[in-house]
Amino acid sequence: MGPAEPLLVATGIEKSFAGVAALRGVDLVVRGGEVVALVGENGAGKSTLMKVLAGIHRPDAGTLSLQGTRLELRAPSDALRSGIALIHQELSLCDNLTVVAGLYLGAELHCGPFLRRAAMRAAAPRWLAAVGLRVPLDATIATLSPGQRQLLEIARALRAEARLLILDEPTSSLTQVESARLLEVVRDLRRRGVGIVYITHRLGEVQALADRIVGLRDGQNSGEIPGPGATHEAIVGLLVGRRLATAERRAHAPGEPALVVRGFGTQAFPEAVVDFVVRRGEVVGIAGLLGAGRSELLRALFGVDRRRGGEVEVAGVRVPADGPRAAAARGLVLLPEDRQHQGVLLDFPVAWNLSLPTLADRGRRLDTRYEAELAARSIRELGIATRGPLQRTGDLSGGNQQKVALGKWLAAGPKVLLLDEPTRGVDVGARAQIHALLHELAGQGLAVLFASSELEEILTLADRTLVMRQGRLVGELAKADTTEASIMMLATTVEGR
Amino acid sequence: MKKVVGLSLLLLLVGTVTALGSYDPASERYVFLSAYNLENLLHRVGLFGILSIAAAFVIVTGGIDLSIGAVVCVAGCLLPWFVVDLGWSAVASLGAVLGICAAIGAWHGLLVTRAGLQPFVVTLCGLLLYRGAMREFADDQTMGLGSAAAGLRSLATGRLPITADFGLPATTIVLLVVALLTWLLWTRTVWGRHLFALGRNEEAARFSGVPTQRLLVAAYVICSALAGLAGCMFLLDVNSAQPSSFGSFYELYAIAGAVLGGVALRGGEGRVLGVVLGAALMVLLPNTIRLLADSDRLEFAVVGGVILAGALADEGLARWWRQRRSRGVPPLSR
Repeated sequence: MGPAEPLLVATGIEKSFAGVAALRGVDLVVRGGEVVALVGENGAGKSTLMKVLAGIHRPDAGTLSLQGTRLELRAPSDALRSGIALIHQELSLCDNLTVVAGLYLGAELHCGPFLRRAAMRAAAPRWLAAVGLRVPLDATIATLSPGQRQLLEIARALRAEARLLILDEPTSSLTQVESARLLEVVRDLRRRGVGIVYITHRLGEVQALADRIVGLRDGQNSGEIPGPGATHEAIVGLLVGRRLATAERRAHAPGEPALVVRGFGTQAFPEAVVDFVVRRGEVVGIAGLLGAGRSELLRALFGVDRRRGGEVEVAGVRVPADGPRAAAARGLVLLPEDRQHQGVLLDFPVAWNLSLPTLADRGRRLDTRYEAELAARSIRELGIATRGPLQRTGDLSGGNQQKVALGKWLAAGPKVLLLDEPTRGVDVGARAQIHALLHELAGQGLAVLFASSELEEILTLADRTLVMRQGRLVGELAKADTTEASIMMLATTVEGR
Repeated sequence: MKKVVGLSLLLLLVGTVTALGSYDPASERYVFLSAYNLENLLHRVGLFGILSIAAAFVIVTGGIDLSIGAVVCVAGCLLPWFVVDLGWSAVASLGAVLGICAAIGAWHGLLVTRAGLQPFVVTLCGLLLYRGAMREFADDQTMGLGSAAAGLRSLATGRLPITADFGLPATTIVLLVVALLTWLLWTRTVWGRHLFALGRNEEAARFSGVPTQRLLVAAYVICSALAGLAGCMFLLDVNSAQPSSFGSFYELYAIAGAVLGGVALRGGEGRVLGVVLGAALMVLLPNTIRLLADSDRLEFAVVGGVILAGALADEGLARWWRQRRSRGVPPLSR
């Protein structure tokens, strides 16, 4: 197939949910051996478009054709049969299955009702090798790392002879190294003539990978630019249609120590001991590979995991190892990594989430007036886009959910703010807002300590960076010395391995 | 597999303790090991084992069936009605009863998949509905076969003589057949693979082209049909069914046996052998109490205590295992 020949043509796709238009006539062309990056803010319609292509939603209007043949997709299995595979944002593997079973799920080789287990086992290594995945065939999927699962998903799509591969935020839960590996696999697939639609919030990946960049805004095409040589500004222009105010970093004068950590250990890394100080007005980043112990450190500091010895002081007051309530009472709070499970209660209204940590301080009776005031204030000050304080939190976009998760702790008047992946799965606009908010809070004298797997975020946000490896702090970088290279040098040097 | 080994050891331990404690100085015999007692135990393991496998089919999908005991009652009351009141042949009656029970399962499955109701709610209402309906239907009178269908009764009362005084009960043989078929279905067929995938992550399975709704309905159908089969066998065994109590609480024994046997309530996990061993333990424990304490007042307390201890030990072992594994250097991702 020549690179010029269109593989997939979607024209005038429209889709509404309960009267709300998600797509209003979107066009998309993908050729074989081409990577099309699809960019747009949350709610722009990217996910809906992908689900239409994958047969999960049926479009209200518009046509799809694959290599000139009109497609009628009634179910996900129709799309799979036609050679369209969607690699989902939330990894869609049944993690109780083995690697081989997962590879063949939904398309098992069989003889009558019986599985041909030997045949599947024999064929599996070929597909795993195609994506460079080296894991035991009988390993349970639950034991694989997120990166390995992502590769297994792609192997599964290859096994299904997918000609069009849709990757939805494939690197959002991967480490830098795993992401690099994945990008390599995508390039390899492109060489083999697979058409690829790539959705990501990470503009660096768009620049590194895309042959064409297609923008979506409010359910419509917002433009298209060639991938090679696309500038950051040009891509952001496609996304938001307005110039983003880049958070201007003014250096806060660091004040007295707000968080002092001495001889601190976590259960996950019993041999490692950590000492550091974060001052008032400082924004400190923690960098490191996946499994370096970033989350474990923050979790143990807050007290959701047990610590293994050591002292924690907030503004000179010792924080006992007595769980999150004790920490929060002394002004130490954590915005957790997994927003949907740990950060907010998705089924709760916005106001209920916001008041959750502080409501008990208002006496035994449910203080609904306090709750209403807090909700109104938080929505105004944090710019939470919601229909009202009683809207279900799960219906908000990721960025706004994150603001709710943050707002509920700000109501408790913290002195030290710990954040684990503060902008994971958050769109570019909301991310800039959250970053600006953190700077503002630091300016008011809060100490901010955040962990991030995105070097870009560390570079733009942190005044000072701590680098972790295997549970230890292996280096500290001042703002001026912080570069991708200097972080990765510290994060990856492994003695004796 | 670890679970199956652990359960086997627990069974062996309880069995040994019971055997030693059941020594009768008068006759110089271990009562527990008498052919009569062992045969009776195996007989009951056969009956309750089928119920536990029935429960496991639904639990594996992440659901629950609380109506198993009520379906046992339906089968126990309808079988005599077909045979005695309608004068149907034994085999036709059995087929009709199993068909009705399967239809109950299909009804549960449709309520769960089409109407989107919670399995707990659907089957809890079923529990009340079917037992109540049976009491009205049978006029609250005891139902029995009398002397009819003597041939069919051998399905529950027959035995395969092995030694002079010990024989393998027919119910145990039926359980072995059911267990073997279930094992084949779960581990060797596409259907079973899909059932386990759906139990862990329904959405992911659906996106992989697995017909999840049809599978769910099928799981409920099999569950209720097996409960009906066990119900018929209970009736054939004792030849009398009191609608207000026949099969009462059996769903809890069935679920406890399955869960004890390693079928995770969150779905997607379980082995047939474990279920059979779990059911065996559920049958063995009351026998232990009766032999050792000479009374059954403590029965529920001991059964509850043992299951709790088992769950605690299981969790403790799992934690110890995780810690041991995580002690090494954490894997650097490639």
